[in-house]
Amino acid sequence: MKQDALTPRPALGKPTIVPSPEGHSGPGFMTVSLEKAVGLARKNSIWPLPFATSCCGIEFMATMGANYDLARFGMERLSFSPRQSDLLMVMGTIAKKMAPILRDVYTQMAEPKWVLSVGACASSGGIFDTYSVLQGIDRVIPVDVYVPGCPPRPEQIIDGILKIQELVGQEGMRRRYSKEYEELLRKYKID
Amino acid sequence: MSTPMRPDHWQHDLVKAGEHKELNVLNLGPTHPATHGIFQNVLTMDGEYIQSAEQTIGYIHRAFEKLAERRPFYQITTLTDRLNYCSSPINNMGWHMTVEKLLGIQTPERVDYLRIIAMELARIADHIICNAVIGVDTGALTGFTYIFQDRELIYDIYEEICGARLTTNMGRIGGFERDFSEAAWRKIRHFLEHFPKKLKEFESLLVRNRIFMDRTIGCGAFPLDRALAYGFTGPNLRACGLDHDVRVMDPYCSYEKFDFTIPIGTGGDTYDRFMVRQREMWESLSIIRQAVEKCDRLADRTTYKADVPEWVLPPKEEVYNEMEALIYHFKIVMGESEVPAGEVYHCVEGGNGELGFYLVSDGGRTPFRLHFRRPCFIYYQAFPEMVKGIMLSDAILTMSSMNVIAGELDA
Amino acid sequence: MPAFTIQAERDQLVVDRLRAAFPDGVVADEQFHDMRCITVRKEVLHPALRLLRDELDFNFLTTLCGMHHPAGAGAEERLGLVVHLNSFRHRHRIRLKAYTAMKDPVFPTFTDLWPTTNWMEREAWDFFGIGFTGHPDLKRILNMEDFPAFPLRKDYPLEDPTREDKDNSMFGR
Ligand code: SF4
Repeated sequence: MKQDALTPRPALGKPTIVPSPEGHSGPGFMTVSLEKAVGLARKNSIWPLPFATSCCGIEFMATMGANYDLARFGMERLSFSPRQSDLLMVMGTIAKKMAPILRDVYTQMAEPKWVLSVGACASSGGIFDTYSVLQGIDRVIPVDVYVPGCPPRPEQIIDGILKIQELVGQEGMRRRYSKEYEELLRKYKID
Repeated sequence: MSTPMRPDHWQHDLVKAGEHKELNVLNLGPTHPATHGIFQNVLTMDGEYIQSAEQTIGYIHRAFEKLAERRPFYQITTLTDRLNYCSSPINNMGWHMTVEKLLGIQTPERVDYLRIIAMELARIADHIICNAVIGVDTGALTGFTYIFQDRELIYDIYEEICGARLTTNMGRIGGFERDFSEAAWRKIRHFLEHFPKKLKEFESLLVRNRIFMDRTIGCGAFPLDRALAYGFTGPNLRACGLDHDVRVMDPYCSYEKFDFTIPIGTGGDTYDRFMVRQREMWESLSIIRQAVEKCDRLADRTTYKADVPEWVLPPKEEVYNEMEALIYHFKIVMGESEVPAGEVYHCVEGGNGELGFYLVSDGGRTPFRLHFRRPCFIYYQAFPEMVKGIMLSDAILTMSSMNVIAGELDA
Repeated sequence: MPAFTIQAERDQLVVDRLRAAFPDGVVADEQFHDMRCITVRKEVLHPALRLLRDELDFNFLTTLCGMHHPAGAGAEERLGLVVHLNSFRHRHRIRLKAYTAMKDPVFPTFTDLWPTTNWMEREAWDFFGIGFTGHPDLKRILNMEDFPAFPLRKDYPLEDPTREDKDNSMFGR
């Protein structure tokens, strides 16, 4: 293959290993706080549920493809069942007809769960300020990270996922039991 | 050789007549991983066999037609992007040609060729998705991962032409916003050289693959007369055995100057649909090659738009320095360019069939009515008839081989 | 874009046949760019389509869609139905139109001629409230079942009414 006609792709580096959290270690043992250890594990094995409805979903396909390779982030396995997934990736326009279904899917997911809203449509209705389109999924479910763009480039989607990973890694063990979280869910009438 | 294992060789009625028989209902969708897109099918099943299907669509209804009535003509291009988002440039160009027909703009030869390059690239991009997904649904993920790598080449070319990957908003009424850059030409030539090998590789994974053939031949077959009655167009109609192609029947954009064949199938089954798309990619490649050659041979190397200052944005330097250009710029951006009243229907051969634009203008700054003939919307209604009596897993294949794009389906 | 071809002879043939079959059924007959557009009376549309299909080789129905003209300029408010036909054999396309008053916007179904009109009619019902007698399953298709209006009529607002973040003073909306 002649490479010169293309923008040269960066050379492959050495595989990196996720850095271990700070703690005390000695020969054969290591102590860290449980929170950090769990965060590390969760962060690098997110099972996403792709909720791809339209155009952004095609960019997601590209992200999954070999060039951008989502599997690098511990996301080899897409979970198509909401019950076994940690991250709901909403990609594409959500019409008002679809909104209740989206909510159902969200409520079926087990805690802890995160939501990534990909694209202008999912985040705000995008260019479709019309009678039939939901003006942002945050009207029906809480969202953790928004990715702008119409559609976002695969790099942006990956960036969004890295942001989610950051959130997941830092999440305290008690957040899901806190008053604020309960409050949040109540606001969305999810129980 | 043993008889091939096909459902029709098995006994359909596992439960004999007269015996107590129970049908069960299966809800497929709207967010089922096996339906590539958002639509619901409630299937009544007799064991593994489908008795009837009831469809619900509209889960991403975005009100394009209403939206189009509030947008100036040049802004509607962005809407057409999102119809069949697998092949946006075809939609863009189709819309531009519709408006050009209304305005009576004659585009220069070179513009036609540039458009054809963009449109045929889009057709390849569209067919890749469909065929790769057929592969995935038969359990062959390899083809998908391989060919998607090379699909990125097409995106690279789009990016070079218009700056976007998927929702391209490519071109303007009257031509293009700028000429193809040197890099774009280089990438197109690279694509022409590099892609056939990859396509061949993809083909050799599936086309003569015994498992794939057993799985797809005879699956979801549809007779030609029913297909016509249901308004099939595009690859799905051609798979049934009719050589109808808008590019040939109602040539637009100088397609009559190109030499290509229309591949057709015989049985209208999944394999035929797959093969028709596959052959069409080769034809598209040849069309692009011809278009590049034709461009090279043209004396005129710079024209990229028709001479309609009323519609094509002037270059930015002129806007800053010349009064006239500034006025045109203002008029276009504010949507104040004059439009005659009238009606046109223009159709192009989209990725899935005849993509039509019925435009009614009352002389205002926005269309009075714009109706999109969306091929998916029209042929997807035949699905219950196509899957009646076949197995559930075959129905999934049938659906993916029909290439139903939710954006186009629901408009 | 090539200069489009107009099949004047066949256009004329179609118009003549329709005029002969339905003496006062043809209301108008115009040429728009490359296509002849024949407006017929509402009752005539169905038999006219049957005639075109059976006798003049229009084997393919391309689209069927609704249209809404609000009252104004001396005309009453009315709904229209537009049908595009295509004859594969003659490579000939034609457009038929029929209008109906608002008080009885009902056409006979065309599903008996072309099953493909099934969803197109449902769409016309969904968007414009045009009814079709004899349709096998006439209900909304794209919007929700309980949607209260016919959204593509001109008097229905486009924008989502639930948004509060729009500052109208800035945009003159
Ligand atoms: S944000 Fe843009 S690309 Fe994504 S679904 Fe919406 S319209 Fe499509």
